[in-house]
Amino acid sequence: MSFIDVAFYLFASITVMAGMGVIVARNPVHAALFLVLAFCSAAGIWMLLEAEFLAIALVLVYVGAVMVLFLFVVMMLDINLVQLREGFWRWFPFGALLAGLMVFEMVWVLGSRQTSEVATAVVHGADYSNTKELGRLIYTDYVYPFEIAAVILLVAMVAAIALTLRRRAGVKSQNVADQVKVKKADRLRVVSMASEKKVASK
Amino acid sequence: MNLLANLIPAGAEIFLLVMVCFILIADLMLTNSSKLFTYLLVQMTLLGCSVITVGTHVEGVTYAFNHMFVDDLMSDVLKLMSYLGVSMMLVYSRQYLMVRGMFTGEFMSLALFALLGINVMISANHFLTLYLGLELLSLSLYAMVALQRDSAVATEAAMKYFVLGALASGLLLYGMSMVYGATGTLELGVMSEAINNGVQNKALLSIGLVFIVSGLAFKLGVVPFHMWVPDVYHGAPTAMTMMIGSVPKLAAFAFVTRILVEGMQGLQADWSGMLTVLAVASMALGNLAAIAQTNIKRMFAYSTITHMGFLVLGLVSGTVAGYGASMFYAVVYVMMSLGAFGMIMILSRAGFEADTLDDFKGLNQRSPWLAFMMMLLMVSMAGVPPTVGFYAKFSVLNAIIETGHIPLAVAAVMFSLIGAFYYLRVIKVMYFDAPESHVPINLGADTGLLISLNGLGVLMLGLLPNALMWICTLSVQQSLLVP
Repeated sequence: MSFIDVAFYLFASITVMAGMGVIVARNPVHAALFLVLAFCSAAGIWMLLEAEFLAIALVLVYVGAVMVLFLFVVMMLDINLVQLREGFWRWFPFGALLAGLMVFEMVWVLGSRQTSEVATAVVHGADYSNTKELGRLIYTDYVYPFEIAAVILLVAMVAAIALTLRRRAGVKSQNVADQVKVKKADRLRVVSMASEKKVASK
Repeated sequence: MNLLANLIPAGAEIFLLVMVCFILIADLMLTNSSKLFTYLLVQMTLLGCSVITVGTHVEGVTYAFNHMFVDDLMSDVLKLMSYLGVSMMLVYSRQYLMVRGMFTGEFMSLALFALLGINVMISANHFLTLYLGLELLSLSLYAMVALQRDSAVATEAAMKYFVLGALASGLLLYGMSMVYGATGTLELGVMSEAINNGVQNKALLSIGLVFIVSGLAFKLGVVPFHMWVPDVYHGAPTAMTMMIGSVPKLAAFAFVTRILVEGMQGLQADWSGMLTVLAVASMALGNLAAIAQTNIKRMFAYSTITHMGFLVLGLVSGTVAGYGASMFYAVVYVMMSLGAFGMIMILSRAGFEADTLDDFKGLNQRSPWLAFMMMLLMVSMAGVPPTVGFYAKFSVLNAIIETGHIPLAVAAVMFSLIGAFYYLRVIKVMYFDAPESHVPINLGADTGLLISLNGLGVLMLGLLPNALMWICTLSVQQSLLVP
C-alpha cells in the first residue's frame, strides 16, 4: 500500500466517522464542529486527487465562512436538548426502515452490473494548473449557467432584504443627515424680554 | 464561436435581466406614492422582451452558449405567452396589492426574476441550465409568498412551499446525477443519442428516471406529490397564488417535455407508464377533493391538480399531436386560471378577501357582466363547449384515443364529469343565490377591460381554436422531435 492509499483510507475513515458524529452528537455545537472536521478531511481527499484549488476553496469557504456563521447561529439559539430528542425512539423504527431501504437501493444500484470498471484518473504534469483550467471552463463553456447562478444570488439578496427590512414607525434612531443639517435657528430660540429693573433693596 | 452568435438568441433574457437590475435601483429612488412609474416600467420591459423575442426569431433550432441554450419555435411561443401572463398578472393584482400595501418594487422585481427563471427553463438544453432556471423561479416564488410577513398563514404557506420545493429539487438533482452517471452527459441532445445507442447500466438509468419523474411531479403538483398545492394556494396572498398557479405551468410544461421527450425519448415506454399513474391519480383525487372545498382558492388548487393531470395525459400518448395538445392545454390553462384568480381579486377589497364560495353568492345581481365572465371561465375549466377548455380537453383525449389508450380516455371523461359539479356549483351560487353583501364592486377600467378580454377570449378561442392549435403542434414538431 503506497502512502497515497494510506492517506486516503485515513481521510476517508475520518470523514465517515465525523459524518456519524454530526448526526449522533447530543450537543448541536459539537455536531457543527464534527461537520468542520468532515469538511477538512474531505478537503484532504481532494488534495490527494490533485484538486488543490477545490480543496483550498472548501476549507476557506465552508470551514472558514459558512461553518463559523453556522456556529454563531447555533450558539445563539437557546435549544432545549430534551425537547429536541423527544419522540426519537417512537419514530426510530420508521426511520430505520427508510434508512435500510435507502442503503439497499444504493447497494443495488452501485453493485449492479458493469459498474466495477473504474477508469483511472488522467494524471497531468507538474506544470498543469487546475485553477486555470477551472477558470477557463467557468468563463467559456459554462458562462451561461455561471451568470444564472449569479442572478440566483442576487434574488437571494433581494428576498432577504425584502423579508427582513422593517420600517417601523416610532423607532428612536438618529437621523444623521438631519443632525448635520441642523441650523442654529432650529435649536436656539432667542426670546426678547424686557430687561429686569433693579429692585431697590430694603 | 463568436460572441454575437451567442448573445443574439438570448437577447430577450439579457434585456430582461438588465431591466430588472435597473428597476431594482430605480425603485429605490421613488417614493411609495409613485410606484406607478415602476409598474409602467415593468410593463414596458415585458413589451420590450416580446419585441426582442419576436425580432430574434429564426427558422429552425439555434443553439448558443456551448449548447446550453436553445432557441426554437416552442421556446419563442411559450416565452411570448409567459410575458403576456405576467403582464396580465400585474394588471389584475395592482389594485389588490395597493390596498394591502404590498405593491412594492420588490414584488415587481421578484416577479420579473421569476419570469427570467421561466425563460431560462423554457430555453434550456442542458440539465444544469434546467436546474438553475428552476431554482431561480422557485426562489423568487418562495420570497413572493412570504412577502406578507405579518400574516401567519402566508408565512406558513411559504415555509411549506420552501421545504417541499427543496425536497423536490433534491430528488430531481439526485435523479439527474444518476442519469449523468449512466449516460455520461448532461446535454439533452447528446443524452438522447446515448440512450438510443444503449447504455451499459440500465438499472442506474431507470432509477434516475424514477427520481426525475418524482421531482417533476412535485413541481407540477400532481398526485401523489401534490400535498403542498392546496396549502400554498390557500395561504398565499391571492396575487401570489395567481403568480404560482399560472405562468410557471408553461415553464413546467417546457421542463417536462424537454427532459422526457427531448432527452429521454428512448425511455418513452418507461416514463409513459409512470405518467399514466400520475395523471389518473391526479384527476381522481383532484376532482373528488375539490367538491368538498368551501374556500374557492383551495378549490382552484385541487382543480389545478386535475388540470395538470390532464396535461400529463397528453404526454402519455407519445405522439406529436399529444405533445401539441399538452402545450395547447398549458397555454389555455394559464389564461383560465389568470381570469379566475383575477375575479377573486376584483371582488376583494381593503381588509376583505373574497375567497369563499359564499362571497360569490348573487354576483349576478351585483354585477351581471362580471358574473357572465366568471361563468365563461368556469364553463371553460369544466370543459363545456363552445369554450376553449372543451377544445383543450378534446384534443388531449383525441391524442390518447389515437394511440389506443381507450380506458384512460374513459377514465378522464368520467373524472371530468365529476369535476363539472364544482364548477357548475360556482355558477349556481352566482345566479340563483341571494347576495350576502351589497358593497359596490370597485372595478378599475384596466382590470375591467382585461377581465372582459379574458372571458371573451376563452369563448373566442373555443370557437376558433385552430390557429393556436396549429402553432402549438408546429412548434412541438420543430422543437422536440429533432432527429
